[in-house]
Amino acid sequence: MAEGTVNKQRRYLLGAASAAGGVAAVATATPFFLSMFPSARARAAGAPVEVDISKVEPGMMIRAEWRSKPVWVLHRTPEMINSLSEMGARVADPQSDAPMQPDYAQNQYRSVKPEWLVLVGICTHLGCSPTDKLQTGPDSGMGEDWKGGFYCPCHGSKFDLAGRVFKDMPAPTNLEVPKYQFISETQLVIGDDGKGA
Amino acid sequence: MTRSQALLGWIDERFPLTKLWKEHLAEYYAPKNFNFWYYFGSLALLVLVLQIVTGIFLTMNYKPDAAQAFGSVEYIMRDVPGGWIIRYMHSTGASMFFVVVYLHMFRALLYGSHRKPRELIWVLGVLIYLCLMAEAFFGYLLPWGQMSYWGAQVIVNLFGAVPIIGEDLAVWIRGDYVVSDATLNRFFAFHVIAIPLVLLGLVVAHIIALHETGSNNPDGIEIKKTKDANGRPLDGIPFHPYYTVKDMVGVVVFLAVFSFIIFFAPEMGGYFLEYNNFVPADPLKTPTHIAPVWYFTPFYAMLRAVPAMFGSQFPGVVVMGAAVVILFFLPWLDRSPVKSIRYRGAVYKAALALFVVSFVVLGWLGVKPTDFLGKTGGMDTAVILARLFTAVYFLFFLLMPWYSRIDRTRPEPKRLTH
Repeated sequence: MAEGTVNKQRRYLLGAASAAGGVAAVATATPFFLSMFPSARARAAGAPVEVDISKVEPGMMIRAEWRSKPVWVLHRTPEMINSLSEMGARVADPQSDAPMQPDYAQNQYRSVKPEWLVLVGICTHLGCSPTDKLQTGPDSGMGEDWKGGFYCPCHGSKFDLAGRVFKDMPAPTNLEVPKYQFISETQLVIGDDGKGA
Repeated sequence: MTRSQALLGWIDERFPLTKLWKEHLAEYYAPKNFNFWYYFGSLALLVLVLQIVTGIFLTMNYKPDAAQAFGSVEYIMRDVPGGWIIRYMHSTGASMFFVVVYLHMFRALLYGSHRKPRELIWVLGVLIYLCLMAEAFFGYLLPWGQMSYWGAQVIVNLFGAVPIIGEDLAVWIRGDYVVSDATLNRFFAFHVIAIPLVLLGLVVAHIIALHETGSNNPDGIEIKKTKDANGRPLDGIPFHPYYTVKDMVGVVVFLAVFSFIIFFAPEMGGYFLEYNNFVPADPLKTPTHIAPVWYFTPFYAMLRAVPAMFGSQFPGVVVMGAAVVILFFLPWLDRSPVKSIRYRGAVYKAALALFVVSFVVLGWLGVKPTDFLGKTGGMDTAVILARLFTAVYFLFFLLMPWYSRIDRTRPEPKRLTH
């Protein structure tokens, strides 16, 4: 088509109609895109959970479920707490610089109270759930110098009793500390820290 | 004119039935020297049909519901008449699909079937391969066993490793904060509708593109260059009946092997159906060793070979993705003046051999835990091996523009040899 014969107005209308059609196509795609996000029911199921910790003796660990993820609540003994400072040289991120915990848990215990450790029990490598190896030394099956911690059987990542990953492990970061708060001496809420979403 | 001829004439005036028959079968001239390696294209088509038919019948009894999925598969295996054989055909078919497709792709590397003018056939083929991987991945979640669940968990978390948007992306893919009923339902939709539709379209495009350029052959020369007075390639023979009959032989042998597996080794020692998958999915209990099904293990080994960098496992994911994406570029990486391995020199032969070895070794490493070979110099030996062979895998492609050019080739013949 020679340039002179082009009906400018028609071309303009064609362009405008195509643009409008494009906008409509994107708008139509929106509900399909959104439909793949978690539904209201799934989001409700992700609500905070309360955990009773009154029966958890020192050295014991219980598993709670929050958002279908395992959450570990470990009552650390004084020896366990002391071992954390020795582990500083063997873990990759001793100061918890990576944002894997709420600000209030960014300390060497990675917790609000030193004796209570709360962790999402999912390996930061590829989402397996590590096994607890709370015993120390050869009894743990983890070697002579094992101070207690967690071991991921999938790809061999090791974590200490604060969920800090050892150096040169497949897992890139420490285990995640979820948002939580103590609502009483014996009650813990996981998934809500009273500090908003 | 007989009645049937009249009917055919009536159809041909309205739909190009005879034309299609001639163009794609009776007068599609294929090189006369197809060998063993040329069985796998038609076999792939056979397995595709098998998967679709068995899949339809499985859908009649399967429940895509986290509470019922595992039970419904057992129901198919025990209570549905013939259910067990249909399911074993489908599960064995998935593995055999990859066997056939890997051999089909290797054929291209042998005889240069991806080279000009067949680049698009290759690109469409790699897209088919991608669809197959997606199909296998989505399908593997459906039995809702432990390995289904944790395998999906690991793979979806790969997307979670994408910087910035990763976490939201993983939630969007799962439709939940963990792999759950929502995930199962959508994977079912992808597995039975979305991917098969795309797959069928790609297969049709693959064949149309093939029939446009004509088939390559073990000599890697163009039979269209030497034609007779009627414009037919002198070295070509009609696909039907010559190759339809030849392919029937392949089908019979293939089905014999296939039947043997279904009846005597449907789990194939844990490689086709993993033992952990006979345990229902449990979000709170990770199996001690998570390995994908054998056809994904070369890529899985590459993923594990790359260490976390900058506090992220994303580099490993990139390497794994790149290992597949690099296949698309193969036609343009190969600069050899000849196509077939018959006329290539020692360099390409050595490179191809190394490539096959690296793929097989990576596949083997991907099945095993990373510490199964002990340690060398403080590192897992298996990880060192995986890094080495990952490098070989990539160098096969990245150095190809160089070594394929310096390779000492022999002159190609004008006509097909044997």
